[in-house]
This record gives sequence, C-alpha cells and structure tokens, in this order.
Amino acid sequence: MSIRSKSNDLKKRMNNALQGGGQKAIAKQIAMGKMTARERILAIVDDESFHEYDLFVEHAGKDFDMDKKTLPGDGVISGTGTINGYPVCIFAQDFTVAGGSLGYMHAKKITKIMNHALKMKVPLIGINDSGGARIQEGVNSLAGYGEIFYLNTLASGVIPQISVILGPCAGGAVYSPALTDFVFVVDNISKMFITGPEVIKTVLGEEISMEELGGARVHAEITGNAHFFAHSEYECFSQINKLLSFIPWNNSKKAEPFETASPKRAYSISNIFPQDPKEPYDIRDIIRSLVDSSDFFEVQELFAPNIVIGFARIEGETVGFVANQPLVLAGVLDVDSSDKAARFIRFCDAFNIPLVTLVDLPGYLPGIDQEHAGVIRHGAKILYAYSEASVAKITVILRKAYGGGYIAMSSRHLRADFVFAWPTAEIAVMGPEGAANIIFRAEINAAENPEEVRQKKVLEYKEKFANPYVAAAFGHVDAVIKPTETRKIIAHSLNVAINKVVNRPNKKHGIPPF
Amino acid sequence: MEKKEKKDKRKVPVVNYENFTIHTAIYKTLLTKKFKNRKAYEVTDPKLVISEIPGTVRQVFVKKGQKVEAGEIMLELEAMKMYNKILAPEKGVIKTVHVKMGDSIPKKFVMVEMK
Repeated sequence: MSIRSKSNDLKKRMNNALQGGGQKAIAKQIAMGKMTARERILAIVDDESFHEYDLFVEHAGKDFDMDKKTLPGDGVISGTGTINGYPVCIFAQDFTVAGGSLGYMHAKKITKIMNHALKMKVPLIGINDSGGARIQEGVNSLAGYGEIFYLNTLASGVIPQISVILGPCAGGAVYSPALTDFVFVVDNISKMFITGPEVIKTVLGEEISMEELGGARVHAEITGNAHFFAHSEYECFSQINKLLSFIPWNNSKKAEPFETASPKRAYSISNIFPQDPKEPYDIRDIIRSLVDSSDFFEVQELFAPNIVIGFARIEGETVGFVANQPLVLAGVLDVDSSDKAARFIRFCDAFNIPLVTLVDLPGYLPGIDQEHAGVIRHGAKILYAYSEASVAKITVILRKAYGGGYIAMSSRHLRADFVFAWPTAEIAVMGPEGAANIIFRAEINAAENPEEVRQKKVLEYKEKFANPYVAAAFGHVDAVIKPTETRKIIAHSLNVAINKVVNRPNKKHGIPPF
Repeated sequence: MEKKEKKDKRKVPVVNYENFTIHTAIYKTLLTKKFKNRKAYEVTDPKLVISEIPGTVRQVFVKKGQKVEAGEIMLELEAMKMYNKILAPEKGVIKTVHVKMGDSIPKKFVMVEMK
C-alpha cells in the first residue's frame, strides 16, 4: 500500500471513530438539549487547538456478547488543547456511546490524560456525561473509578482540576468531581446523585424527580457540591474560561498578571456602607469598589450566601476574597459557610493566591440545628484553613468582629500578615447588648428602672469597646485606615508580601477537621 | 413630544429585610430558604422503637403484653441487603406492635411501643 492509500485508510478509520454512537444516538443527545462530547471540547478549547489521544482504543468487555460490539473511543474523548493560549488536558464522556458508561479502557483513557496533566503540570478539565459503571465489565469498571479517584487525590493541590457535569453523573462516578477543585453545573442538564429516584422509590418509597433530587440548582444552592451554576452549556464554558484566567496552571506558578485597571466609579464605599451596624448592605459591592474594573468573579454564589468567596484582581494580581455578607443571615458563620470558606482558602493557599478577608459578622450562628449539625467541627475548618495558609493574608475589619467570629476571620492570631480596621470597626467579645447584660447584670437588676439602666450601660459599653482602638492599642490591628484608602493599602501590602516565607514544623500532613 | 422621565439606574430595589436575632441584637437581613426550612428539634421518646432505615419486616418475635429484657430481639428488618435485628432498648412490657411480617416501612416509623 502506498502512503496515500494508507493515509486514506487512516482517514476512513478516523471517520468511523468520529461518528461516536452514530447519527441516531447523536440525534437523541441533541433532543435532550445537550451538545455532543466532541462539540463540548471544541467549544471549550481554542480553535484548532484540540489534539485527540486514544481515538482507536477498543473496549475490554468480553462477557454478555460485549465482544461482538464496537464502542468508538470506548465512550470517552480525551486529549490536549489550549485555552487563551495556555495548555490544558481535557476529557469528555460521550453519552452517545453505550451511555457514556465507564468500562476498563474508558477509565484507562481518563487516567492516561490525568497522568499526562500531572506530569506536564497543566490544568485538567473533565466533562462528565455518563450513565455510570458499565455493568457488563463488572469489577473492572469499579477498578476504573478507583484509579480515577486516586489520581484526583494525587493531583489535588498540584494542578487545578475542573469537573463539568453535563448529563447524569450517578453512583460512584460523583466522587471524581467531588474530589476536584471546581464543579460546574448547567440548569436542566446536570444530574448528580449516589442513588437515583428509582432506587429511592423502590427502597424508601419516596418519590422525587431527578431534578429535585440532584439537579444543578440543588447542588448549587443546597448541597454545595457545585461551584458554578449556568443556564446553558455556552454560559458554563465562558465561566470555565474566566476561572482559568484567574488561577495559575500549577502550584509552582502564580496566576498570570493582567494590566491594572481602576474600579468603576459606580461603586463608592460611602454610598454602599451604612453606619448602623445592624443595617445590611451587599458586601460584593464593597469588593467591587476595591478591585480592578470592579470585576469580582464569585464562587459558590448560591450556596451559603452568608459568606462570599471569589476571585478578583488588585493592580493586575489575582487575589482570593473571603467576606462576610451582612445581606444574608447577617453574615454569620455557620456549618455551610465555614465549610465553603475553608475549602476556598485551601485552594488559594495551594495555588499561591493571596487572601483578602473582609470582616463584618456578629459571630457563629446559635441554635440547636447548628450545634447538632456539627458547627464545632465545621466551624473549626475555617480556623484550620486560615492558620495553615502561608500565602499573603490581608484582613480588613469593616464593622462588627465579635467573639469567635473575630478570631476565625483571618485575625492576627491566626497569623494574618496585615490587619486593618476601618474607623467603624467594632472588635469585641460580643455585641454591646449582650456584653452590657452580662457585665452590668447586678446593676441592671438592682435598678428601679432596669431597662433605662440597661440602655445606658449598652451605650457606655459601645463607646468604650465598640471601636477598633482597643485592639489597635494591643497591636492586634496594625492600622486604622480610611475606607477610601483600602484599595491602595491592600495593593501595597500585596507588594510587601511578595517574598513572604513561612517556616513550619516538619510533618507528613496536618489533620484538618474534615 | 412628551419628555420621558430619566430612570435612575442605581436606584436600589426595595428589599423586604427580616429581623434576625443573634444573642440579644436584632439585625436586618435576608434569610435563606435552607435556614427557613430547617427542622425543629424533637425530643425522641425512649419508649418508642423507631426504624433508623426503611425496609421490610421479615419476622416479628414479640406480641402485646409480652415482657422483654434489654437487648432481646423483637423484630428482624430487612434493609440494605441485611437482616437487621431490632433489639429491645430496655427491660419492659410491649404496649403495641405496629408492624407485621412482610410490611414495608419507611424511615422513622414507630415499630413497637413499650410501656
């Protein structure tokens, strides 16, 4: 055979494999409102940049007549490409081929590209759209999942790992996304659960739709499994693109700097920020007033909205923001918000992203449900994460910083490098009302008019302690600053911390409370 | 021509804040759906033997009025591919048995009441 005819033969073979599950299955995929696996990859990576691996891989099933079937690419497409010019490793499960079910060779393709990403130190993007384990392949299918989980764990904190759920992701399959750094979901398309509605109905007799059980909104709002929620696949892909612009390729690099840009004038602190510490405001507007182009890219926007986390840039450098949100639940720390913040802090620390913490919270949320849900254990996560983080840590106390909440929110005592307070800050063991009630209990009770005395004592306490100067007098706060100077001071601090070195005792790893 | 009123884009939408008490201070804020839907704490009655898991009753060993010792097997509940033995939590007398062989019961179902 000549080179030409061999090339033609290759072309024929490729065309066969590129058909995926065939026209009928593709039409079905489209009817479900979904893109095909290949379309997805091509939409995420730069034009002409995708290079596929393992197109000719054959499945390994021998039993149940599987040996008589061919499954193009064994139901998964993998390869390398670039996003904004930077290389990534990517794989996408192909639902049109045997329902994207995971067999031994399917898993081998995924672990191959994962190992590649780990060796080349580039981000890994996995697109999940699979019916689950390929039951015909038995334990080999489970082996495949296990290998993937192991590599997810090995790569954790070395390269950014992104999971995109664009179809069902059920049973054991959910644990690969759960082990990765960011999970993207799309409304009406993503479905994640350990046991589906059918099993729940047979075993428990409870009826629930797939969407209500494990749809995109459920994971974005209630479980916190998802980090980004989109209304369409294209919106999801632009979110991935934006996320990658904020984070480095791997843990030995810093995120790529951008041109510095001023915040938009529409966000002026004096207009946003209410004097009364009991009045709410949107902390995200304060963040927008501090960052380049007022561009704040929020993570887990819908989950535990009483704390706000996300990426932004200050003078071109990526920073991670953690901020209490007085707009929701008064900005308290609770089980979910502690968990949410702690994981984000650890991501930023692993990937050399400085942390800016904005503090305005009345403390941890009291209540039986919180205590029983383990607010001690979950609340401890945020203490651990901040203490452990060795990236530059800048804290700004805006208003309330009471009790355990003050300590938890990147205080000096957890080794924040820079702690600033606005003149409106109230740093105290508890709010003035509670404190006055305890300190002056005898005096209040003995008074002829207890309420009058109580109010007087509250005011007295407020004047004496509800300010930043007591903390400043002990050096717990480095400086009391004008709110309008905050951006300038954060930028300067980031610059000062550029060569920060932290020496820690030797250990294999810590044992965080999770 | 009628002059159109210029809309103020930055006009803050009216938000109905709720009062949220933490210790003795009342804050104006929004409450999440998850917070509003949280379940109230219920004290469990030690006299009720409640299913921890949904399943099918395989066997019933006790009947009304019977005396049982703590740790005595009262029922066998098939759930999660296991025959789970349901034991008497304490020494006592059976007041009512709410299940019979073959019953499919949900989680948190009162199977036996004791006196």
